[in-house]
Amino acid sequence: MKVEQQKKELTGALILLDALIENGVEVVFGYPGGQALPLYDAIYDYGIKHILTRHEQGAIHAAEGYAKISGKPGVVITTSGPGATNILTGLADALIDSMPLVVLTAQVPTDVIGTDAFQEADMIGLTMPITKHNYQVRDVKSLKRILAEAFHIASTGRKGPVVVDLPKDLLIATCKRTESVVIDLPGYQPNFTPNALQINKLKAAIQKAKKPIVVAGGGVILSGASEELREFCNKYNLPVVHTLLGLGGFDPDSKLYLGMGGMHGEYAANKAICECDLLISIGARFDDRFTGSVKHFAPNATIAHIDIDPAEIGKIIKTDIPIVADAKNVIAEMLKEPINRADDDQWVEYLFEQRKTFPLNYAKDSEDLKPQEVLEEIFNQTKGEAVIVTDVGQNQMWAAQFIKQTAPNRWATSGGLGTMGYGLPAAIGAQIAEPDRNVFAILGDGGIQMTVQELATIKENKLPIKIIILNNSVLGMVRQWQTLFYKERYSHTVLTNPDFEMLSRAYGIEACTINKKEDLKNMLKKAIEYDGPIVVNCLIDKDEMVYPIVAPGAGLHEMKGV
Amino acid sequence: MMKRIISATVMNQAGVLNRITGVLSRRRFNIENISVGHTDNDKISRTTFIVNVESLEEVEQLMKQLNKQIDVLKVVDITDEAVITRELALLRINADNKNRNEIYTLIAPFRANVVDVAKNSLCIQVVGTTEKIDALIDLVRQFGIKEVARTGVTAIRRGNSKPDKIEKLIIK
Repeated sequence: MKVEQQKKELTGALILLDALIENGVEVVFGYPGGQALPLYDAIYDYGIKHILTRHEQGAIHAAEGYAKISGKPGVVITTSGPGATNILTGLADALIDSMPLVVLTAQVPTDVIGTDAFQEADMIGLTMPITKHNYQVRDVKSLKRILAEAFHIASTGRKGPVVVDLPKDLLIATCKRTESVVIDLPGYQPNFTPNALQINKLKAAIQKAKKPIVVAGGGVILSGASEELREFCNKYNLPVVHTLLGLGGFDPDSKLYLGMGGMHGEYAANKAICECDLLISIGARFDDRFTGSVKHFAPNATIAHIDIDPAEIGKIIKTDIPIVADAKNVIAEMLKEPINRADDDQWVEYLFEQRKTFPLNYAKDSEDLKPQEVLEEIFNQTKGEAVIVTDVGQNQMWAAQFIKQTAPNRWATSGGLGTMGYGLPAAIGAQIAEPDRNVFAILGDGGIQMTVQELATIKENKLPIKIIILNNSVLGMVRQWQTLFYKERYSHTVLTNPDFEMLSRAYGIEACTINKKEDLKNMLKKAIEYDGPIVVNCLIDKDEMVYPIVAPGAGLHEMKGV
Repeated sequence: MMKRIISATVMNQAGVLNRITGVLSRRRFNIENISVGHTDNDKISRTTFIVNVESLEEVEQLMKQLNKQIDVLKVVDITDEAVITRELALLRINADNKNRNEIYTLIAPFRANVVDVAKNSLCIQVVGTTEKIDALIDLVRQFGIKEVARTGVTAIRRGNSKPDKIEKLIIK
């Protein structure tokens, strides 16, 4: 019997599913099609959890949301051709935000590749610039090794998406079960431990600094260094500025917390960047939305840049102390031996005063419903315990400003690529990663319509997501720029919207509309208590702005609307 | 503008040249010249290319981006090292009974060879630095050049050369 079992040959589809289980996969997001049929046939009775989205873009954003909240790689399956090309946006999004994904795209059979076969698209060529790596499987015997390598590459070093292209014939072909595989990637050796010399330089810089700050980015979250960051900054009295993706890495109630910096950053945060004499960047890549004009960015500071990706160092900002390593290891190393810091608290007190004097603001006494208070109310009612997923635009910036992130891995947003349509499907992945936690999708009326079909996925899987639409019937952020920089010429930013309540109900999802300030608390409470998904359509003014703002091309010292 | 000679060893995988040129083109680096071939190990290829850059920071960024490719093993800027660079060119030029001997004499100092002779033309093979090949082409232009095929530069470090500063900057 045993000998027979060993001799038994497995199909490529089964080898692949076994490999997913061996690599710790608990859920896959996908959409079937012609070339993916052998794989879907194997899934039929395999017993792996598969979420059928209503569009492949929904599947990949859901996988991103899952990866962001769970910290594990997200897995996507698509068919060939149009199914596969539908995930390109998600791949670019995942690459720039360092999201670990393993994406399995079916492909036409090997013997017709290159003949413009039905539903053929060159996925290796198309995805080369928007993946960390990609593979086309050419031999069923290499499938297990390729999958192991794909998971290894996606989830180590600077994380990112890996595509594995699977010609249909290889899903059907059989080979003997192989017990173990050896990952052999001589060209992929990420550096995890910091260089001692640079660590000493950083220690000396901290010792000397009178006005130091830490810029904590998404790398802190990805490396699980949030605890260490808190200890490090508290121990040496270092104020913390977050990037958009870094939110949740530090304690927002700390005196050292300055909030988010950048284009829509807080006054105190940008002030700190402008005036600091030592800037320690941890897991951030100096995106232009964060730095503003590079010429005016931290002009007086010694720059220490900690990043696992050597190519980020010196790419945008000239670096004095480069440290290529995992953020967690670096901070742990910094905590080993105490640094003597002659610190008189003046700098921390000064920034704390700035933050008190110029807090984030909006017209609280207005009689209209304000998006900012909707978000503050969400924070208050959930006591900061909810998972927040946003779309892109004003909704995203307000959420970043007004929903404090108290813990890591509870905040998912499309940062680098700024992908409208990300929010609703990403919330699906987030809810699957955290089934017992309240998950909010904060969306605009524009963004939800880019992936609105995923309401069906939410209904089908009974995911109790609270879907908040900040509905101003315009493309708010673009309109804001048209107001400020294009003489109020509102070219194609006014939307004729569907009735979102009726639309939701058509999908079998409960819905309500809030248009009065006085209804907010009560209706939001009901929505949160409601057992199931619900769409909360919040009607807000089309001319509400995100402030402060640093105009494109301007320096962080030129904030408007403080 | 400065020219830098970059030598990269890469896994000999399908599409690896695409990956390299893709990195260069999407980050707007201008390749002047690229050549690729096996090393003594048939799993590893060496590619040599010349890029035009504005600064050393630019070339450092280029090398880091190339190093991020999983199939790239090592990238070295060998411009400032003792290196041997060579290129091969095949030139088909007009030639008849009257000037054939003159051409033979003319190309002799270049250690070029005639590798094919036809009724009205002949084919010259020359190996050397880019400058040498340019000089030969200039010289035979008077006869009328029908075709030129050049391999592009390939390069290797001299036996006793030391690695330069830029190589040390690359953490890989």
